[in-house]
Amino acid sequence: MGLLSKKDASLLSDPLADNNPITIQVLGICSALAITAELKASIVMSISVLFVLGVGNVVISLMRNIIPSKIRIIVQLVVVAALVIIVDLVLKAFAYELSKTLSVFVGLIITNCIIMGRFEAFALGNGPWRSFLDGIGNAAGYGVILIIVGFFRELLGSGTLLGFKVLGDPIEKTGLYAIGYENNGFMLLSPMALIVVGLIIWVQRSKNKALIED
Amino acid sequence: MEYIELFFKSIFIDNMVFATFLGMCSYLAVSKKVSTAVGLGAAVIFVLTVTVPLNWLLDQYILQEGALSWLGDEYASYDLSFLSFIMFIATIATMVQLVEIVVEKFSPSLYNSLGIFLPLIAVNCAILGGSLFMQSREIPTLGLSAIYGFGSGIGWFLAILAIAAIREKIRYSSVPAPLRGLGITFIITGLMAIGFMSFGGMLTGGDEGDKKEEKTAKVEKVVNQEKTLVANSKKEK
Repeated sequence: MGLLSKKDASLLSDPLADNNPITIQVLGICSALAITAELKASIVMSISVLFVLGVGNVVISLMRNIIPSKIRIIVQLVVVAALVIIVDLVLKAFAYELSKTLSVFVGLIITNCIIMGRFEAFALGNGPWRSFLDGIGNAAGYGVILIIVGFFRELLGSGTLLGFKVLGDPIEKTGLYAIGYENNGFMLLSPMALIVVGLIIWVQRSKNKALIED
Repeated sequence: MEYIELFFKSIFIDNMVFATFLGMCSYLAVSKKVSTAVGLGAAVIFVLTVTVPLNWLLDQYILQEGALSWLGDEYASYDLSFLSFIMFIATIATMVQLVEIVVEKFSPSLYNSLGIFLPLIAVNCAILGGSLFMQSREIPTLGLSAIYGFGSGIGWFLAILAIAAIREKIRYSSVPAPLRGLGITFIITGLMAIGFMSFGGMLTGGDEGDKKEEKTAKVEKVVNQEKTLVANSKKEK
């Protein structure tokens, strides 16, 4: 990419795989798992986090020289809370049903550890442009995991993707259901999100041996 | 009876960690040793018990639609609920700071065992989640909200204690190398959550159905209101 230097590009690409916020840094799992029962909710959640983290990182980075270090946590919380209120109001205005499904989890973006973690670790020590790239990269890394989990849970749990019946109709017995396939309702229950993430970690670490813990 | 029911419900059925995945970050990060897990768990119980009733008061007397009517009739139509995120998190952050200062002053020994965890708690999703669930479940009285906060805290404490104990033992088993550490912790938590789901039948199962019906009725009511509003505005045009 001509626009980005090599160092800047690695800010974007690192969090996608080798330094993924969820599977490697173990941040932001709180609000991630409960809403992944369907793909649509995961996508909306990822976009919300992308917005909050991208903008928030820039704001904090612009203010980094005037925030007294003793009260920085409160300043950070106020910035995030303001951004999350914007997201919440936009969702309520344009996607009311979806905002009902996400319920309190939109509000919980405030305490999403990825956001506070990136503010602390990156935005407080770097310029706005690099902080923006870092924010986008990390939010994308978070979104990738959410979307993978949401994809498998919706496909195996209710046989649909984004509401489309990709595997055929379970009631009229078309498609895969004609040969005796059944939906695994268990995938819709929340514990399965944890197990799916566990399996993703397994796959990732067996491909990249350097990540294995002792 | 209502109190006992809510208490057990918030510990087992709506367990913070296993049912709603709140506070997962610190749950995974601080559960390597039982002793530190106990310290953090105790701090969470304490902060939840204090902040949930406080936020209940805020919600009831400042934020809800019409809550400002105690100031006078002209304030009765104000609806500040869009500010609830920022108010709740500010309450939590200041409470945590306050608690830290007070504990440091009056009980240095408790501070030494608990103190390092207190700043972590301000950004623990379980705390904010407790307040947000209190708001969205419309808990009716101050006493009940205190019980809800306390029960949720105990539920979180139990969860982190259990996983820390399991993680101390699992070090001696031969887990496949790529699963070691984080991966196996996720899967164990998933299995524990499945176990906790069985508590779902502990309290009278009949209530749940009725409540759901009420909720859908409410949503339908709102939707209908919106429809009539839209229709009215179209007529005006």
